[in-house]
Amino acid sequence: MIEWQAVSKSFGNVPAVKELSLTIAPGEFVVLIGASGSGKSTLLRMANRLVDPDQGRVLFKGQDTRALRAEDLRRRMGYAIQSIGLFAHWTVARNIATVPELLGWPAARIAARVDELLALFDLDPGLYRGRYPQQLSGGQQQRVGVARALAADPEVLLMDEPFGALDPVTRQALQGELARIHRASGKTIVLVTHDIDEALRLASRIVLLDRGCIVQAGPPAQLLLQPASDAVSDFIGRSDLGLKLLGLLSVADRLRAGESAPGEPILVSASLREAMSAFVVRQTDRLPVVDAQGRPVGAIGLNDLLRRRE
Amino acid sequence: MSLPRSRWLADPLCWALAALLLLTFGMPRLKPLFAALFPALDRPLYEQDSFAALLLSHLAIVALASAVATGLGIAAGVFVTRAAGREFRPLLETLVAVGQTVPPVAVLAIAVPLIGFGALPALIALTLYGLLPVLSATIAGLGSVPQGAIDAADGAGMSGTQRLLRIELPLALPVLLGGVRSSVIGSIGTATIASTVGASTLGSPIIVGLSGFNPAYVIQGALLVGLLALVTDLGLARAGRHWARWQQVD
Amino acid sequence: MRKRLLPLTWLPKAWSSEPLPDPMTAMGQGLPGGRGWVRNRVLGLLVIGAIGAALSLSFVTVAPNRLVSGAAVALQSLMVAVPWDLWAAAAVLVIAVFVPATQLTQVAVALAAALLFAGLAGLAGSEAALRSAGLPALARVSLGGGFWLMLLMAWLAFADALQRLDLPLGWRSLAHAALLGPLVWLVGAGALDQLSLLKEYANRDESFHAAGLRHLQIVAAALAPSLLIGLPLGFAAARSDRVAEPLLALLNLVQTMPSIALFALLIGPLSALAAALPGWGLSGIGLLPAAVALTLYALLPIVHGLSSGLRQVPAAVLAAAAGMGMTPRQRLWRVEMPLALPVLLAALRVTTVQVIGLAVVAALIGAGGFGALVFQGLASSAIDLVLLGVLPVLALAAVADAGFALLIMAWAGPQR
Repeated sequence: MIEWQAVSKSFGNVPAVKELSLTIAPGEFVVLIGASGSGKSTLLRMANRLVDPDQGRVLFKGQDTRALRAEDLRRRMGYAIQSIGLFAHWTVARNIATVPELLGWPAARIAARVDELLALFDLDPGLYRGRYPQQLSGGQQQRVGVARALAADPEVLLMDEPFGALDPVTRQALQGELARIHRASGKTIVLVTHDIDEALRLASRIVLLDRGCIVQAGPPAQLLLQPASDAVSDFIGRSDLGLKLLGLLSVADRLRAGESAPGEPILVSASLREAMSAFVVRQTDRLPVVDAQGRPVGAIGLNDLLRRRE
Repeated sequence: MSLPRSRWLADPLCWALAALLLLTFGMPRLKPLFAALFPALDRPLYEQDSFAALLLSHLAIVALASAVATGLGIAAGVFVTRAAGREFRPLLETLVAVGQTVPPVAVLAIAVPLIGFGALPALIALTLYGLLPVLSATIAGLGSVPQGAIDAADGAGMSGTQRLLRIELPLALPVLLGGVRSSVIGSIGTATIASTVGASTLGSPIIVGLSGFNPAYVIQGALLVGLLALVTDLGLARAGRHWARWQQVD
Repeated sequence: MRKRLLPLTWLPKAWSSEPLPDPMTAMGQGLPGGRGWVRNRVLGLLVIGAIGAALSLSFVTVAPNRLVSGAAVALQSLMVAVPWDLWAAAAVLVIAVFVPATQLTQVAVALAAALLFAGLAGLAGSEAALRSAGLPALARVSLGGGFWLMLLMAWLAFADALQRLDLPLGWRSLAHAALLGPLVWLVGAGALDQLSLLKEYANRDESFHAAGLRHLQIVAAALAPSLLIGLPLGFAAARSDRVAEPLLALLNLVQTMPSIALFALLIGPLSALAAALPGWGLSGIGLLPAAVALTLYALLPIVHGLSSGLRQVPAAVLAAAAGMGMTPRQRLWRVEMPLALPVLLAALRVTTVQVIGLAVVAALIGAGGFGALVFQGLASSAIDLVLLGVLPVLALAAVADAGFALLIMAWAGPQR
């Protein structure tokens, strides 16, 4: 979907990206992660030509991005940023309608799409269409921000630390919604963050950058279990590596189907990390497991968490 | 208008406007009053021009100069906030800072020997002087647009012009209108003095009265121009609030 | 990839989470520079303006007497030879347009521009002296439009160079005021005496000095009461919204009034007052209404300045001071006032400059001051007389501005 071919970019004398190559396939959820100054934002911005590389080229669906008009390219990609950037003089509805208006959609289609997106983010259209951004909370604003990015149904969604300015609770909620949207729509999402937990939770592939180069790229489990260097494990954090690993798996992966256990059940969709927490809190080493409807499906034991993958 | 009548009665703008219009057209009726206040004068009422004509002339000069000044000021302000013009911004800001120390009278006074008497030097002086607050406000207003909104506009695929017209200028509007308001009020003041260079404005009775020791003329002119300034200030403030409604939302 | 010559796309100023330097300043020491062979477009524009003015407008004009407008004398037709240092300075400025911007170039530009500024005046003076020697006594050699434009361009080049050197604001104001130094010296040495402006001054030097003194009196008579009244009002407004709102609304009202109208409206009541109190030496016209009106105009910036200065002291700082055991009075004098002072001084700076300018209009109600010269010149269409009134006002305003800038810098450190 997007391909960076040996791109380099310097600002003055400071190199931000050094001969980096990366390919993103359709439907992936790629998270670019790294410390400040690692070049992740710059790399992202090369995709929609907010930054032009000094060397190398960027391809979008096989076409060199420089062959297209920058505005046309950007209208085909959704873009959400940390500062959200809603337009204070426009209502929520008009904010969301930004790109559709630029594309010249008919008013009825725009209105329907706005309602659809508001509903998608659990914002009552009747209530929120006519509100102004100043009247919304931070979490609601960023929901509208992401809705705006999705409005024209782009194939790619670019996100630059979109949840960085939000409180942890809202951040968790929005991460969940984003994951849900990705599963439901199959869009390609490229997200920049410096939060490793966010990356581990959302990504199908993590790309770790350091000072303008890719240090490691791969599925979350690979970065946890096979870090390419000490720098990688330092960044991820060694002290709770095990808990992070547990976070990648769910109860369903280690379920003992058909068995039973006493006590309050946990959901089959819960992560093993949540299961670990439940074991500690309830001071037991076996828990019953139920599905979303509450029907018992089996049990899970503390030892199952330690079991190696078969 | 959908305002109930009680709102009209309590509205200072309405009162001021009413007073202005009443005095402009009704000043001749007050001749006996002025005669009584200043018995020593044999001409208690300014009769060389009707006050309505003076008001109109004053408004015309101010309106024309303000229109040009606003257009030029916004254009220059936009130019120096774009990448192409960024280099010129300190220069322009220096000129504005210095320009504001120059008393408007000076610009009038210098324009006359070069251009002659009449409304033209007044127009030029008013335009030059009125440019400064608009330029200053445009730069400040465009600078106050949140960086996030600009990034989002770019990312959404707006061209530079679209971003300027749809996002930046509307968001800068409250500050910009404040500058326009300063500019217009300043122009009203300078136009008053412009009668010393031969322009026919509400300042004419004042100047004639001062040189001819006729306090009645002076009061008549001063009252009217004061009311004009008040009405304009209140009116522009209200217009500004109307156009920037989104700012007053809780 | 071929680089574009000039950056026409708008570059974002800040990149989220990445502290990279702004590319426009990254070229070195905060000096923005264009690419391509024109490195300094601002200076280029000024140089073009100056050359255009030099070629197409008159440097001086020669008139048989002060009432008739003069014949134009362009720079090429000067009788006096242009001294080599002026050519050198001009050359430096032209070269600097094409040379990469560095600290050194900007210092050179500043010095060259300053030299040109004083040198042009000196040149005009010597030209006037040379020509007057061969003309009757009534003849007038005046400064032409070309001279003024070139002077303006030189001054703007100076200002631009200072700005690119990124000098603190206080030093910059001082440098601008210092530019007047050579001019004052030239005037003092008599080098400019044959110019019509100086001849006008020579004819009227008593009334000029009287006007100057009067002008200063008016400004002082306005500033002193406005401080005495405005500072307490500012305190009150800072403490209480109920006082602040109507007070500021009223003062705003005063500000919208055209100055001449306010002056004029005060004549009546003050005349009545003068009649009621004959022994006090009051008068309805002249200094008193001017001072009263200017005091009223000066009140708004002072009240607003002190009020907003006090209000912007962070609540956290006040809480810390209270926590340290300071009484309210100690908090006021040791914490709030020092923090509010820069804002107040900035407001005073604006007020002083404004009053100096407004005092010119006061001449219309008989208050005297430099405005008297301006309006006299206006009436007789003698631009030299007008300039004799306007230039000192500008110089006064510049000096006052620099003085306050120094004060602010001394108190609050160099501002950018």
